[in-house]
Amino acid sequence: MSTDTSLLTRSHQENWLPVLELAIEEVFEIMVGQRVKPAPKTESPQPGGFTAMVGIAGALCGILTISCSKKTAREVAVCMLGPEIGDSEEQVSDALGEVCNMIAGNFKNKLSSASQSCMLSVPTVIKGEEYSYRSLADGEVLDTVMLFSDAPLLVCLQLHS
Amino acid sequence: MKAIEDGFRPATHRRSHVSVRTMEHIRALIVDDSSVMRKIVERSLRQAGVELDKVVEAGNGAEALAALGKEPVDLILCDINMPVMDGLEFVKQLPTVENAKGVPVVMITTEGSENHVVQALSAGAKGYIRKPFTPEQVKEHVLPVVGRKS
Repeated sequence: MSTDTSLLTRSHQENWLPVLELAIEEVFEIMVGQRVKPAPKTESPQPGGFTAMVGIAGALCGILTISCSKKTAREVAVCMLGPEIGDSEEQVSDALGEVCNMIAGNFKNKLSSASQSCMLSVPTVIKGEEYSYRSLADGEVLDTVMLFSDAPLLVCLQLHS
Repeated sequence: MKAIEDGFRPATHRRSHVSVRTMEHIRALIVDDSSVMRKIVERSLRQAGVELDKVVEAGNGAEALAALGKEPVDLILCDINMPVMDGLEFVKQLPTVENAKGVPVVMITTEGSENHVVQALSAGAKGYIRKPFTPEQVKEHVLPVVGRKS
């Protein structure tokens, strides 16, 4: 797939991490109703949780993931939908997938040239006790840990070079 | 394009056949592959002051066309990125459904590019809201297309 070299160059030259963190903060404040804040990277989600991912294709290629514990994922879903979701893992997956989708969209909309020429995939959510994933995106990696009710959410944007 | 930055609102809002029904009896079709987002859109409509008589949900454009074939609605809110049939294709096919003629469509999507706005409007959408969105934005963009001042 051809890529827009100007965007790839910008990803190296500019610091996009604050843009990503702002995109995350806006989505949580507006759609989840909870504020999140960047945390030291020593914080990391407990194993055995949820990972939502959205692919980005076009001028910018890569994948955005958001990982957190099962408990945190459920809290995010409850904030969005209310306590009536009960123990529905489907609703929890759906909520985290949509949060990931909105963060990816909000991030690319903040990069004006990416907004015009990037498409997002439908979200995918992995859940379980023991899993790993590997992206073939081999370029720039932007990752940040955000605290949601004192629990860590790991957000990672891996770009294809 | 300022309209993109602020969220799109068409320069003129053509009143639809909704105006012959009272606002207390709005039937809305919400089309999104995320059940979570369908619920959030419904909640936002209620917070915006739209009193919903009935909400029909569909997970993609094809399901939405099938639902419209069974019963009419007064307002459609539609995502763009969906499996099977996306929102732009759905809007293009809408005039083929007898029940859907004149029904206003507002796109609610993460796709905020000028291209998408132009495509959606060209296809017949009356409004465009970018995710993440506030209930106030829903009020601003939806009420005019259903014949109410925001």
